[in-house]
Amino acid sequence: MHSLLKPGPALWLFLLLLAAIAPLYVLGRFPTLEWAYVWALLIGMIGINILTGYCGQISLGNSAFMAIGGYTTAILIYRAGWNYLLTIPVAGVLASVGGVLLGIPALRLRGIYLATATFALAISAPSVIRHFDQLSGGSQGISIPPAEDPFGLVSSQSLTSEQWLYYMALVIAAALFLFSRALLSTHVGRAFRAIRESETAAVANGVSLAYYKTLAFAISAFYAGVAGSLYAINTAYVSPDSFNVGLSLALVVGAVIGGLGTGIGPILGAAFTVWSPTYTQILFNTKPDIAFGVLLILVMYTMPSGIAGGVYRLWAWYRRQRAAGRPKSGEEGTVQVGKVASPPEVSGPGP
Amino acid sequence: MLLSANPLEGLEQQIVFGIASGSIYASLALALVLIYRAMEAINFAQGEMATFSTFIAWMLMTTFQWSFWITFPLVVVLSFVGGVALERVVIRPVERAPILTMILVTLGLFSIFNGLSGLIWGYTIRTFPSPFPVSPISLGGVAIGFQDLGLIGVSLLLLFLIYLFFSRTKLGLMMRASALYPQSSRLLGVRVGWMLALGWGLSAAVGAVSGMMVAPVLSLDPNLMQSVLLFAFTAAVLGGIENPFGAVIGGIVVGVLLALVGTYVPHAEDLRLVFGFIVIVLVLLFRPAGLVGRAHVTRV
Repeated sequence: MHSLLKPGPALWLFLLLLAAIAPLYVLGRFPTLEWAYVWALLIGMIGINILTGYCGQISLGNSAFMAIGGYTTAILIYRAGWNYLLTIPVAGVLASVGGVLLGIPALRLRGIYLATATFALAISAPSVIRHFDQLSGGSQGISIPPAEDPFGLVSSQSLTSEQWLYYMALVIAAALFLFSRALLSTHVGRAFRAIRESETAAVANGVSLAYYKTLAFAISAFYAGVAGSLYAINTAYVSPDSFNVGLSLALVVGAVIGGLGTGIGPILGAAFTVWSPTYTQILFNTKPDIAFGVLLILVMYTMPSGIAGGVYRLWAWYRRQRAAGRPKSGEEGTVQVGKVASPPEVSGPGP
Repeated sequence: MLLSANPLEGLEQQIVFGIASGSIYASLALALVLIYRAMEAINFAQGEMATFSTFIAWMLMTTFQWSFWITFPLVVVLSFVGGVALERVVIRPVERAPILTMILVTLGLFSIFNGLSGLIWGYTIRTFPSPFPVSPISLGGVAIGFQDLGLIGVSLLLLFLIYLFFSRTKLGLMMRASALYPQSSRLLGVRVGWMLALGWGLSAAVGAVSGMMVAPVLSLDPNLMQSVLLFAFTAAVLGGIENPFGAVIGGIVVGVLLALVGTYVPHAEDLRLVFGFIVIVLVLLFRPAGLVGRAHVTRV
């Protein structure tokens, strides 16, 4: 079946091509930089999509992992004089260590409790950064030199520096996107989905909850760490308040608006950030905003499975109209927001 | 940070400080518990709603020169009405929705209320008049401010009123029934939807009280309640999320622990919020029902 949600390689290639030529012909300097942030954010949203959309675990704390990534990059560049390109994988790995550490207690938490605990993590992260001011520069943050490309394309004026940041982020985002698609099509992806649908059934079928849930947290944190690292490189500056709870919300909301549990969801979510000016402002100020909240609630009312889910439903409806009477072909539904987490334990004695 | 005590003062003094600040966490935790009991959801906007109410009170007292004792009940009533309206309009469509939807909707409210406070009243830090006299009284060598006594008194009073409401009134009984057995309650003529709205109203009113108690201690700005909310979460989780008594006990324990950590652990000021996070994780790991809650058994 070919629809927007089951794009063949041709469509992916087309999108990638579009993204590759856009800054050369369409985008100005500032929009190019904005899109560089969008690619960074896309990586963070893919992380959320793996964790929440496929494995069913809620995290409002991924801004803390972005902070680990961003600060790893800033500190390695500023204090150890590293090349910024080398800091990106280190940022991802260190963040995923943080993910494992959170994943271990998260094994025993579900639904609302997991949300509360990770929310607390997001709220407290900036104050931890401030506390270790010897390393992190405290509230002042750390300024790092603007990123120079290793091929001399900017100095020879073949590219602007914004375009370099754009392409770097795009290539990394595309690679990590492909990796996530590949990973989710293996037994790991099946185990994640089994856990999302029913933990009990997953265990009964021999899926190790401890292993796969921790793995999901680690992968999600790795993506967040790389996103944070790119964020730091794009801004050439990190401060504790860049990584506050607003950023966590932006990640989750983007992933949800795009459509959890779909491949294209995070891309739609990230693209959405550009069409919503207030959203972009949140990225830069990380401050909660009225329009943002209204939008979030409206999306929850109208499209609980996100844009991808909405389009899919529309497509399915259209096909039903056309092929009325014929048996439906096996369709693999998108995830409703609801399906991703089991409800909290029933309270009170049963009837 | 909140009520940071002078580290040179004695243990008893620290404990008094701790109990007083713990009472603030307790009052907001009570608001969280009220909603949890009504619909097994956590309102992430609880703190921002309380801040918004507090700003209304601030405006009435400064712009219109009303006295605290007229403003206070009026704002509590307004918040109650606002809470009911919010449930009817915003929460109603997602009442039966899955947990993530509910979380995201309350996070949306978090954004809206934080943004509204900033838009209407700005991000300048304001002072909020205290209803209590400043001079401390001495009890067995420990100085206790009227402010502190007031905070403790108000949260105990709130707890008592909530207890009376749920155990002694028909409305309270109907609310408990509709939370536990919505279908049977509906058959018996309880309007379950309105009971949820009532829960939100009560919760918003309690939150408003909490905000008006905190604001004189911390100064008022749109982010007033964010750290308080974290400690209220801690308190609610520590006490067992559906138990009002637990919330108050949890709040006071958290307050005292924070005061002690602040005194005896060097340079711990910045780490107070992390302390909240660590306590939440530890409690959920080792005693998920909280200090006074009952464990639930799930049937699979």
